[in-house]
Amino acid sequence: MSETWIILGATSSIARVMARRLAGRGAHLLLCGRDHADMQATAADALARGAAGAEVHGIDVRNPDTFAPVIAAVNTLDGPVNVAVFVGSMPEQSEIDADPALIDGTIADSLTGPARFLHEIAPLLEERGGSIAGVGSVAGDRGRVTNYVYGAAKAGFAAYLSGLRNRMARKGVHVMTVKPGPVDTAMTWGMKMPLMTTPEAVADAILKGLARKRNVIYTAGIWRPVMMVIRAVPEPIFKKTSF
Amino acid sequence: MRWKEMDYAGWGRALSAHGHVARPERSRDLKPLSLEGPAMGNRRSYGDAALNGGGRITDMTRLDRILSFDETTGILEAEAGIMLGELAEVFAPRGWLPPVMPGTGFATLGGAIAMDVHGKNHHGAGSFGAHVTEVTLVGPAGEQAVTPEDLPLFRATLGGLGQTGIIARAKIAMKRCKGDIMMVTERRAKDWDDHIALLDGSEATYVVGWIDATATGAALGRGIVEEGETGPGLVPKPKPSRKVPFDAPGFALAPPIVKGFNELYYRRVPKSGRTVVRPIGKFFFPLDKVHDWNRLYGKRGFHQFQCVVPLAAVGVLRDMLEKIAASGLASPLAVLKRMGAGRAGHMSFPMEGYTLAVDFPNRDKAVALIGELEAMTEAAGGRLYLAKDSLADGARIKAMYPEHADWLEQVRARDPDGLYLTDMVRRLDLRSDA
Ligand SMILES: Cc1cc2nc3c(=O)[nH]c(=O)nc-3n(C[C@H](O)[C@H](O)[C@H](O)COP(=O)(O)OP(=O)(O)OC[C@H]3O[C@@H](n4cnc5c(N)ncnc54)[C@H](O)[C@@H]3O)c2cc1C
Repeated sequence: MSETWIILGATSSIARVMARRLAGRGAHLLLCGRDHADMQATAADALARGAAGAEVHGIDVRNPDTFAPVIAAVNTLDGPVNVAVFVGSMPEQSEIDADPALIDGTIADSLTGPARFLHEIAPLLEERGGSIAGVGSVAGDRGRVTNYVYGAAKAGFAAYLSGLRNRMARKGVHVMTVKPGPVDTAMTWGMKMPLMTTPEAVADAILKGLARKRNVIYTAGIWRPVMMVIRAVPEPIFKKTSF
Repeated sequence: MRWKEMDYAGWGRALSAHGHVARPERSRDLKPLSLEGPAMGNRRSYGDAALNGGGRITDMTRLDRILSFDETTGILEAEAGIMLGELAEVFAPRGWLPPVMPGTGFATLGGAIAMDVHGKNHHGAGSFGAHVTEVTLVGPAGEQAVTPEDLPLFRATLGGLGQTGIIARAKIAMKRCKGDIMMVTERRAKDWDDHIALLDGSEATYVVGWIDATATGAALGRGIVEEGETGPGLVPKPKPSRKVPFDAPGFALAPPIVKGFNELYYRRVPKSGRTVVRPIGKFFFPLDKVHDWNRLYGKRGFHQFQCVVPLAAVGVLRDMLEKIAASGLASPLAVLKRMGAGRAGHMSFPMEGYTLAVDFPNRDKAVALIGELEAMTEAAGGRLYLAKDSLADGARIKAMYPEHADWLEQVRARDPDGLYLTDMVRRLDLRSDA
């Protein structure tokens, strides 16, 4: 029996590498996201690389009505179910300042949408076993002037995942929170960012973290001490910074 | 699409550019990008083929998915940014290999087509383009699948330096292999005549000669001839590759060090020869294990001279080698190979004969020497390889590529506004008549 993976946000750069790695292990993949054509190519790639199966499901996390086909598909497969969540959106803070309506979408993509999905699928995992890897961000560790709406959504997602971990642990389902620093993807291409890592490194760290049943991982690892320091800066000083 | 303003260089690092680079991850982004400028792969071309200084260029490396593979015919379709080494890694354990592999696994599918690359099996298999069954081009006129039925355009695209449009994806016929190891027979060639005789006499599928370009006198032309066949079995996974962390100081490749290295390399193989088992990657891509090895040449970078001359002109190569050895300028391990006639495009490099490739640090004396070698190549009726060139002039190249006019006709029709000009095409003035 092959492992089953639901990949939410399958068009993200990290998700694509993840799908590749899992395909090499012979997993059955359910790729979920909005760009059908792109996911179709990723599914073909996964099959060519040894996936037991690769299905594409057009879902939009802002619209929970689109979740049903995925749940139905999982119900036709046996065994534990694993879910990896890569959805999220990060408009520039300046765009949000110009159009505060963008806040709703950012929160929906990065927090309420994935939470709705995980809530719907949670009972199935409690019944059949499995694991969840939820991708947050170091941006959620402390709100900063340059991207605090995105940070707020990711902070909320981290809190949600820690609660879900608390709930699911009782049923033997492992929930891992992933906090990547900047990753070299289409989203960050051309931006100057410190301690950049690659999608390959993040995907590998996620798989390793799951194998070791880690609760919260930082990718790259350097971000754990960095964020410890950033969180420790007293508010009167922090509010004068601008990074 | 986001553009990154950056400095970037060809593999030799002697030529570089400053400009805007896009790196799309979804194939639908290609269409708008195809109206902005040319494409590049992993910039494993040594000179300026993959540079567009002051302009815009699209980095294809994130468009790297396998789109289909037919186990019965071996036909594979993939996005152009996939690396040939990756294809070998995925498919060799299942009994398939890319039909032709250059000396680096980092070459992308698009780059391999645009240079119509050749490998150690060229004498039998021909160039990469001989195994391409379809290329999907994106350009000002939209998207078009080009097959051998569209002959002039097909031949202008294979080895066509990306001038007929951006290659979005392609179909190639993979080649059956016995497994993912190589049985490699290595033999010493004690001098030039011996070297040529071993190359001429070989019946192996994959053959290459490593030549000690520092040896002089009676030892001139000595080296190791390597013959390989694929085989079944298991070998331990190669260790992760190392990186060269900084630009090496000037003395790292000083003549005595190079000479000593070549000597050791030659002595490594016993007099009577030997047969060893190697992982596939190590046989085809011996240098890939050291990431960024081009930094060993320091900040000024290096040049590779690669020519091919007709069979009858083999004596010219010997003369070249004499000049090179006497100059004391050559870097470790030059390559000598007998080529077959197979070439797929108007501007493809291969011709039946012998090809010689030698690295030189980027210094005035080496540049002058390369100029002499180029003139000798031209006089012998041979040609230079554009994937390696950074010094030639346009008139010489056009004289070496008699089908240039046929290529140009197709290129003009596909790209009338010169969107896909690169630094190389400008330097060699390839978009105007001879
Ligand atoms: C160590 C080493 C060993 C080598 N050995 C060999 C060898 O044995 N045989 C051989 O033939 N070559 C050899 N080469 C050269 C190499 O195979 C070629 O330069 C090849 O083209 C590199 O591929 P790339 O993807 O890096 O292309 P680049 O160097 O990035 O680009 C090459 C050309 O292709 C064009 N191009 C790239 N992608 C596209 C696309 N998608 N659409 C349109 N145009 C595109 C570029 O504009 C440029 O003109 C070697 C190079 C190295 C560094």
